[in-house]
Amino acid sequence: MAAEFVSTGSRRRGFWLMLPSLLWMLGLLIIPLGLVLVVSFGRRDTDGNVIYTFTLDNYLRLIGFSRTYPCGSTPPPCFDPLYLTILWRSIVLGLQTTLLTILIGYPLAYFIARAPASRRNVYLFLVLVPLWTNFVIRLYAWIIILRTQGVLNTVLGWLAGLVNLPFQPLEMLYTPGAVLLGMVYEFLPFMILPIYTSLEKINPSLYEAAADLGANTWRTLWRVIIPLSMPGIVAGTILVFVPVMGTFIVSDILGGRQVILVGNLIQRQFLDARDPAFGSAASIILMVLTLAITLYYTRRFGFGEEITSA
Amino acid sequence: MKHRRPFWLYLIVVLVYIFLYAPILVLIIYSFNASRVNVRFEGIVNIEPCGPFYWFCQLSRNHEVINAARNSLIIASISTLGSTVIGTMAALALQRYEFPLKRFSEGALYIPIVIPELVMGIGILVLFTTVFRAINTALDLQGNARLGMGLGTVIVSHIAFSIPFVALVVRARLHGFDRAIEEAARDLGATEWITFWRITLPNIAPGVLAGALLAFTLSLDDFVITFFTTGPGATTLPIYVYGLLRRTITPEVNALSTIWILLVFLLLVVIQRVQGQQR
Repeated sequence: MAAEFVSTGSRRRGFWLMLPSLLWMLGLLIIPLGLVLVVSFGRRDTDGNVIYTFTLDNYLRLIGFSRTYPCGSTPPPCFDPLYLTILWRSIVLGLQTTLLTILIGYPLAYFIARAPASRRNVYLFLVLVPLWTNFVIRLYAWIIILRTQGVLNTVLGWLAGLVNLPFQPLEMLYTPGAVLLGMVYEFLPFMILPIYTSLEKINPSLYEAAADLGANTWRTLWRVIIPLSMPGIVAGTILVFVPVMGTFIVSDILGGRQVILVGNLIQRQFLDARDPAFGSAASIILMVLTLAITLYYTRRFGFGEEITSA
Repeated sequence: MKHRRPFWLYLIVVLVYIFLYAPILVLIIYSFNASRVNVRFEGIVNIEPCGPFYWFCQLSRNHEVINAARNSLIIASISTLGSTVIGTMAALALQRYEFPLKRFSEGALYIPIVIPELVMGIGILVLFTTVFRAINTALDLQGNARLGMGLGTVIVSHIAFSIPFVALVVRARLHGFDRAIEEAARDLGATEWITFWRITLPNIAPGVLAGALLAFTLSLDDFVITFFTTGPGATTLPIYVYGLLRRTITPEVNALSTIWILLVFLLLVVIQRVQGQQR
């Protein structure tokens, strides 16, 4: 559309308008990522500074082959699958969170999309409010609920008392389950919003057409509604999976020091352990992993503008 | 158009809303807790002169909190202003012009959305520490003159992650914009500059405003990027709360959370009203 008016002047103007964003993305995104890549091939000196060389040691260590660090009491070179386990745990948690948010979020998104137009905004608004109350504050709420003398155990104890059952408070905080719960809670709205956007676009007469042709509710859902809302599910998956893979505070706060994810691993290399080279290598692996999964997933199922709706 | 929705759907919907709101309700209730350690709820606090609002009064005397709140607001305001201007310019460029590096620019703007925030935070941390160390040694800066992390680094980084979101929102608005009215203005003798201020900007204003609000809330809420780019004296509210969670937690934190939740709720209601009137 704009192409009809292209002249040298307008080409120049477009470039100047874009320039500040380009500089910002270059300076705070592309150059930093390049630097992380460079550092990931370096190693640390005894003070925790980076020595710029070219070694694959950090990557080898991540996949288990340690050439300079001992594995427990075994001196190097040695094999230690510790970091592979952490990576695997993070991927599994990411997938579990994504699946759970789809299962919980889809019915709600469907309900909102099929509600009378006047009420849709209110229902959506109610999904958004928790999202804008601070991330860290929401985690704190779960500490109050989950801890041994917390709200949930009090309620369960009271219920057990009603039916005269002995009750031993459950240890829920600082478990993998608590981390999964926290992740689902934090990212659920990011799944609901894009699914809602794609469901809302579906022409209501399709439901009637499916019913007229003899499909029952489940068949309509499975054969018509879900395929048509696939772009929303794909967008939601990206919006949930990517941040879950890179989050370290949920496991930090709800997992205590028990549940270590790749995010915690990276954060510690830059703060406590002071090994930026190893942390950079882990960051690169994390980025490549999430990009690869995202790319595969979007290629396979495709997605539209749903991702921007959230 | 009458659809019968099954009972179990209502049940799930109610349960999901309870799941979303129960923690928030618990937070608010516990900000009136009589217990100082805040593990169990031991009745409503009642200490004069504030009565049940004792923890809110304590909070208002806490200088660390007030400082953190002020930092959060300063960072959110400046970064919103910056990212709204820069993001709107990018949206105009991408929607209206053909120029060298257009495909590249479009791609670059999507990066922050598809890579984990943690990786971006680490990248910026590595960049700033490397550059600052180099400058500090090259110029032999000492003491306070040494460059380091602080409000400036946080603001610059917040602008970086907000630009793509502003650009996306404004671009969506530009998409439905009828350029004929701009041509009409030009035909009637308006300069390009006047056309922009009097015709284009008022027409895309709702998009720009929506982008700005998004940038403001993203900045206010951000933990990860701030965590890696902040320095002494630049603690924001999320960073402050995170610090508290690793020590003992008094109901003061709940009081802070309650105020925060109420403010956000009011802000969102106002936004909804404003958007409702525009339609």
